[in-house]
Amino acid sequence: MTDTTAASPRESQVASLLRHSRHVLAENPVTGFAFALFLLIVLAAVFGPQIAPYDPLASNTAQALKPPNAQHWFGTDQLGRDVFSRVIVATRLDFFIAVASVALVFLMGGFAGVAAGFFGGWTDRIVGRIADTIMAFPLFVLAMGIVAALGNNVQNIVLATAIVNFPLYARIARAEANVRREAGFVEAARLSGNADWRILVSQILPNVFPILVVQMSLTMGYAILNAAGLSFIGLGVRPPTPEWGIMVAEGAAFMVAGQWWNAFFPGAALMIAVFCFNLLGDGLRDIVDPRRRT
Amino acid sequence: MMILIIKRVMMAIPSLIGVVVVTFLLTRLLPGDPAVYFAGPAATPQAIQEVRVKLGLDKPLIQQFGSYVFDLAHGNLGTSLTTGQPVITELRTRLPASAELTLLGLLVSIAIAVPLGILAATRPNSLLDHTCRIISTAGVSLPVFFTGLILIYVFYYLLGWAPAPLGRLDVFYVAPPQFTGFYLIDSLIGGDPQAFIAALKQLVLPALTLGAFSLAPIARMTRASMLAVLSSDFIRTARASGLSNWTVVITYAFRNAMLPVITTLGMVFSFLLGANVLVEKVFAWPGIGSYAVEALLASDFAPVQGFVLTMAAMYVALNLMIDILYGLIDPRVRLEA
Repeated sequence: MTDTTAASPRESQVASLLRHSRHVLAENPVTGFAFALFLLIVLAAVFGPQIAPYDPLASNTAQALKPPNAQHWFGTDQLGRDVFSRVIVATRLDFFIAVASVALVFLMGGFAGVAAGFFGGWTDRIVGRIADTIMAFPLFVLAMGIVAALGNNVQNIVLATAIVNFPLYARIARAEANVRREAGFVEAARLSGNADWRILVSQILPNVFPILVVQMSLTMGYAILNAAGLSFIGLGVRPPTPEWGIMVAEGAAFMVAGQWWNAFFPGAALMIAVFCFNLLGDGLRDIVDPRRRT
Repeated sequence: MMILIIKRVMMAIPSLIGVVVVTFLLTRLLPGDPAVYFAGPAATPQAIQEVRVKLGLDKPLIQQFGSYVFDLAHGNLGTSLTTGQPVITELRTRLPASAELTLLGLLVSIAIAVPLGILAATRPNSLLDHTCRIISTAGVSLPVFFTGLILIYVFYYLLGWAPAPLGRLDVFYVAPPQFTGFYLIDSLIGGDPQAFIAALKQLVLPALTLGAFSLAPIARMTRASMLAVLSSDFIRTARASGLSNWTVVITYAFRNAMLPVITTLGMVFSFLLGANVLVEKVFAWPGIGSYAVEALLASDFAPVQGFVLTMAAMYVALNLMIDILYGLIDPRVRLEA
């Protein structure tokens, strides 16, 4: 896929993409802001345990349910654990779930969709039918059912989130592959004696790739919301593991009694992360596919 | 029109078959032996064997599927382990609570989103347009359970305007006589305005939460669709003919702009039915969502299966209704059929 021999046209392509990106960023400072926020989230995900001022699991009942103060910026929860540390450390798990499920659906939906669009016929019909069946369910409800059936753990949350997003990826990949199956470069590859599968992998997939990457960033926000929703109702992550959804669930009971910080900060972190991914997805789409700007 | 309806119903059948097959397969995916699972954690080997025979798990898969479909056709969704009640009865008694909440949530979001979208489209790049854009971006980013909790904190704890978020009716009130299962309607039929107000008070916050969540796609689509229609030739002609602004925007443009909005309602329902589960948990709402969540946590699979099936069947039916509605509004769709 990476072709070093054709350096000069590729280089100018990269340069033009950079120029275009700069233009889009200048036009739309919000995307730049979202990107900065994204870096912050990645930093928290990578270095979370090192940044956190307290041990996220260490309880200190003498300090239980203290409102935000100088020592505990986000206050403490019912066991006296530092909410700030827990929110920071939770970033890694939430980010991992979102990235893993999006990467998984990218592989499943991307391959299935490209194969469906390229081969047509039965492959197309089977992939289409699977996608239609998934779409016949309210997505969150299907995810609940899948986690319930497969077992209540984080891997299955990732898998369920990937499955409910499958139709979206498969449809886009199918449409993009379908347009290209009769294209000149595909015909040329076929005439030079390449097998169908080889054409699929070396010609079609690299072309559909950027569009699916945009789709990934657009669905990241949904993936993180879906996973947090599942853990909010008690699926997947178990306490005392710090995770935003379960922290909101644990803090919910205290919200009614006025101790808002317990649920507010993890919820706000979740909201900011989703907001950031959505903005970033829109920005990335503007860069890759300017026609679909809204 | 009849032909269109029949065609659409036929198109919904494969979806329903798919739903039934998937919910069946979900039970076969259970890790380990489904008989052990259905028999509960404290079952003896003998009890497990009994359950296996009772559920027909010793028979081949095709035969099992046959008896599953047979049971479904007779309204038998199995029995809940935790409550000992048939799943279908519990779903039926709890469904009106969920339906009332979801429909009110949808009404709230349509009532806000459609005028907002129209106003934003008639004044592009105005303050209102930007507000519309911010609200719709924020709306999709807000975790629905978080919005609910914030509303509870502000309107129950801080302001004391809302009643405690504990179910459909305050403990001091008696549930209205059952007609439709919708407390708002039943209390009016039963002539009990106090119960009506009490039920409405309980409904406001969860319905607002759901509404805020589904607002974004509707507002966005209304705006985009109105913008496209307002720039078309027949609108220019209508304006040139001296028709009032109201007539042009509402009678001419809005009726044409409705179509894509109705199409998005299908997607909105998919979100709403899912979000409903979370909202029910936050507000301790006695609907089918909280029933399924309780069962999920108790590893009681039959109610979860019944719940997934009910939700999917409702979703297919709603999509069917949207399709038919589309045909009613747009004569071109009818001609195609």
